[in-house]
Amino acid sequence: MPTFVYMTRCDGCGHCVDICPSDIMHIDKVTRRAYNIEPNMCWECYSCVKACPMHAIDVRGYADFAPLGHSVRVDRDEEKGVIAWRIKFRNGQKDMELLAPITTKPWGEHIPKLAQVQGPTKEMRDSELLFNEPKYIRLDEGDIHTLKSNGLKMKAGVYY
Amino acid sequence: MAYKTITEDNIDILVAGAGLGGTGAAFEARYWGQDKKIVIAEKANIDRSGAVAQGLYAINCYMGTRFGENNPEDHVRYARIDLMGMVREDLLFDMARHVDSAVHQFEEWGLPLMRDPNTGAYQREGRWQIMIHGESYKPIVAEAAKKSADEVYNRICVTHLLMDEAKENRVAGAVGFNVRTGNYHVFKSKTVIVGAGGASNIFKPRSVGEGAGRVWYAPWSSGSAYGLLIEAGAKMTQMENRIVLARFKDGYGPVGAYFLHLKTYTQNAYGEEYESKWWPGLQEIVGKEYLDPDASHVTHRPIPTCLRNHALISEVNAGRGPIHMVTMEAFQDPHLEEIGWHNFLGMTVGQAVLWAATDVDPKNENPELTTSEPYVMGSHATGCGAWCSGPEDVSPDEYFWGYNRMTTVAGLFGAGDAVGGTPHAFSSGSFTEGRLAAKAACKYIDDGKAEGIVVSEKQINDRKEEIYKPMEHYKIYRNEITAGDVNPNYINPRQGLDRLQKLMDEYCGGASVNYMTNEKLLHIGLKKLAIMEEDLGKLAAKDTHELLRAWELKHRHRASEAVMHHTLFRKETRWPGYYYRGDALKLDDENWHVLTVSRRDPQTGEYTMEKAPCYHLVDENE
Ligand SMILES: Cc1cc2nc3c(=O)[nH]c(=O)nc-3n(C[C@H](O)[C@H](O)[C@H](O)COP(=O)(O)OP(=O)(O)OC[C@H]3O[C@@H](n4cnc5c(N)ncnc54)[C@H](O)[C@@H]3O)c2cc1C
Ligand code: SF4
Ligand code: SF4
Repeated sequence: MPTFVYMTRCDGCGHCVDICPSDIMHIDKVTRRAYNIEPNMCWECYSCVKACPMHAIDVRGYADFAPLGHSVRVDRDEEKGVIAWRIKFRNGQKDMELLAPITTKPWGEHIPKLAQVQGPTKEMRDSELLFNEPKYIRLDEGDIHTLKSNGLKMKAGVYY
Repeated sequence: MAYKTITEDNIDILVAGAGLGGTGAAFEARYWGQDKKIVIAEKANIDRSGAVAQGLYAINCYMGTRFGENNPEDHVRYARIDLMGMVREDLLFDMARHVDSAVHQFEEWGLPLMRDPNTGAYQREGRWQIMIHGESYKPIVAEAAKKSADEVYNRICVTHLLMDEAKENRVAGAVGFNVRTGNYHVFKSKTVIVGAGGASNIFKPRSVGEGAGRVWYAPWSSGSAYGLLIEAGAKMTQMENRIVLARFKDGYGPVGAYFLHLKTYTQNAYGEEYESKWWPGLQEIVGKEYLDPDASHVTHRPIPTCLRNHALISEVNAGRGPIHMVTMEAFQDPHLEEIGWHNFLGMTVGQAVLWAATDVDPKNENPELTTSEPYVMGSHATGCGAWCSGPEDVSPDEYFWGYNRMTTVAGLFGAGDAVGGTPHAFSSGSFTEGRLAAKAACKYIDDGKAEGIVVSEKQINDRKEEIYKPMEHYKIYRNEITAGDVNPNYINPRQGLDRLQKLMDEYCGGASVNYMTNEKLLHIGLKKLAIMEEDLGKLAAKDTHELLRAWELKHRHRASEAVMHHTLFRKETRWPGYYYRGDALKLDDENWHVLTVSRRDPQTGEYTMEKAPCYHLVDENE
């Protein structure tokens, strides 16, 4: 649902502008605060909402099918590695809080820098293997699947 | 115009578009090319770009050979059944045999994969899907890509590929502009891997007005993968094979977990099961080979997605809509209820917003389902995209020309939605395809295939002029009128998009004509698209944001044209429920058990259509 920004909370930092995949969060030249310049190209993806340090961005359901009076708020905590949601129904009869993990590891430490790992051998280059393979395919000693290993053959036309 | 030209030279591998395919490509390229120069050009911010920007709640392609679950050929068989026989089995087999190694890396990188507490294996949603807490899926793969790349250029809209002037049909890089600064960017590169994603907003969406952004595939999926590749003269395949999705009404929330994990089911407005009554008629259209409900019942052989759509569409047309998803039973279990909501929050937050706004509590009310407008893409239950080479050890001659995932243009590769004939790759398979393309691109360079590339200043300057033309045009004609957007000399990108959507909808089988088209309609559609191209020459953009929209529209237009040509060429109804050729309402295996391949001549704009043989590598029975 399209986003909007609360005047009193936004300080114009630009995080939302930086992240929006649709390029529609812009800083208004007069108020120096952010706003959604093209609501009909908003996917309600919440990327900007999650990124705003001031919790200044919220969403209001698309006017053409969503009545007013609901709320879906979010708080994404990178350090704790969790995301917390609160969903409030329009009629006030449902008010849910949901929590989910967003990562199991500290950020940035467990992804290898491939420039620094042992490079591929010629044998590997000539094979069909990718980085970390065959080990990572099954996490055992098994090898990659081939037509031969799986007893298969390519045939043209309808036959099955 | 006072924009600077910024040139990045001597690139070995340029990744154009860094979604799931592009991040996989950039990451892997570093392993095979440790001394190579790897550069990413991404139109948004790599941390939250593409179809996975808001996250995913499932990885839809995982074999589980590690847990003895499936073999790659099982997945090939499944994808083939689902696509009514029309897939590239070599590419699918290749993706499937590697995909698990990507998923295992994701887990190691910190992506929370759920485990089945009893077996210790990953929690299955269905036979191919595993459940994840994937809110950070995109930031995690982005980090992997950033660690491998020499340079990541965010906010670069790539508009064209550069072509080598020394050797015909060889790529030489790409150009584009920075959406923020407006600067012109030139990337001279030995190879390009296009991962610019599929296309939403080609057909008129069901949502209107403010809600027009409420599309199933992201509104920023601009069909650039197709626009870029077609313009460069790459052959395309299966572009007629657009997809229609059965989703929760208005919010387009996913249904996979609901069907598979929560065991919900559908019924018509009167509480009746409706699918089975449409099977006999449908069997007459497609034949028993493609629809055999009895066999499906016994063997759990899936009924193709398009055929299930057909039943839904037919039931609604018969006046017994709306179709409901029966959630009221499953949602009495608080654990399942929670999963149902997490499923939306993890990948389609808007559906949660919609239910909160309309007071739909699925515990007390069965929500409505609908079929979406069509989408053109190649990684979900459909296979639009470029005609690419397969791997050496699997592919027959017709499917192999040296380098895995290379298009028919030398040095130009694809991944994810860009590659044709590989449905059901999804996020993990797209990432895997990127990895495969990266390895092959390094090999292509090491084999000396990229020597002696020449790009003249003229080519670079011509492109520059072309890119900024919408802004020039605006400047020249804007003051001829007092105010507003109605101008006899130009249209703006939104006006153009509305026109494109309307004509694709009405002539190429969109939602408002019940997905129906025929030869006559398609010919009119092509004529209108050609006239529209003249108007696209007169597009006006008042700033760089509108310039972005202008180029997205041009890419969408080019993709649409290919869709129209392919739909015209395939004279049968292969996927009832996705679209219908009213003048050829039956599936025709005798003449059309083939893949369709097109090429647009970049010089003349003429399309050539051909049939390519469809190879199979596994039989029907497991
Ligand atoms: C609502 C929804 C639910 C889904 N659910 C699942 C699921 O549960 N499990 C699953 O596995 N998959 C799921 N998918 C599918 C998955 O998201 C796609 O298969 C996958 O993202 C395709 O990868 P890609 O790299 O081809 O495209 P994308 O990931 O979309 O990446 C394309 C990239 O190219 C960039 N780009 C586009 N145009 C240009 C240009 N002109 N210049 C520069 N850059 C450009 C974009 O910004 C983007 O970063 C879902 C998709 C959607 C939309
Ligand atoms: S991120 Fe928040 S505070 Fe910063 S500009 Fe955007 S809305 Fe304002
Ligand atoms: S919700 Fe997503 S598309 Fe909408 S403004 Fe925010 S980041 Fe952009």
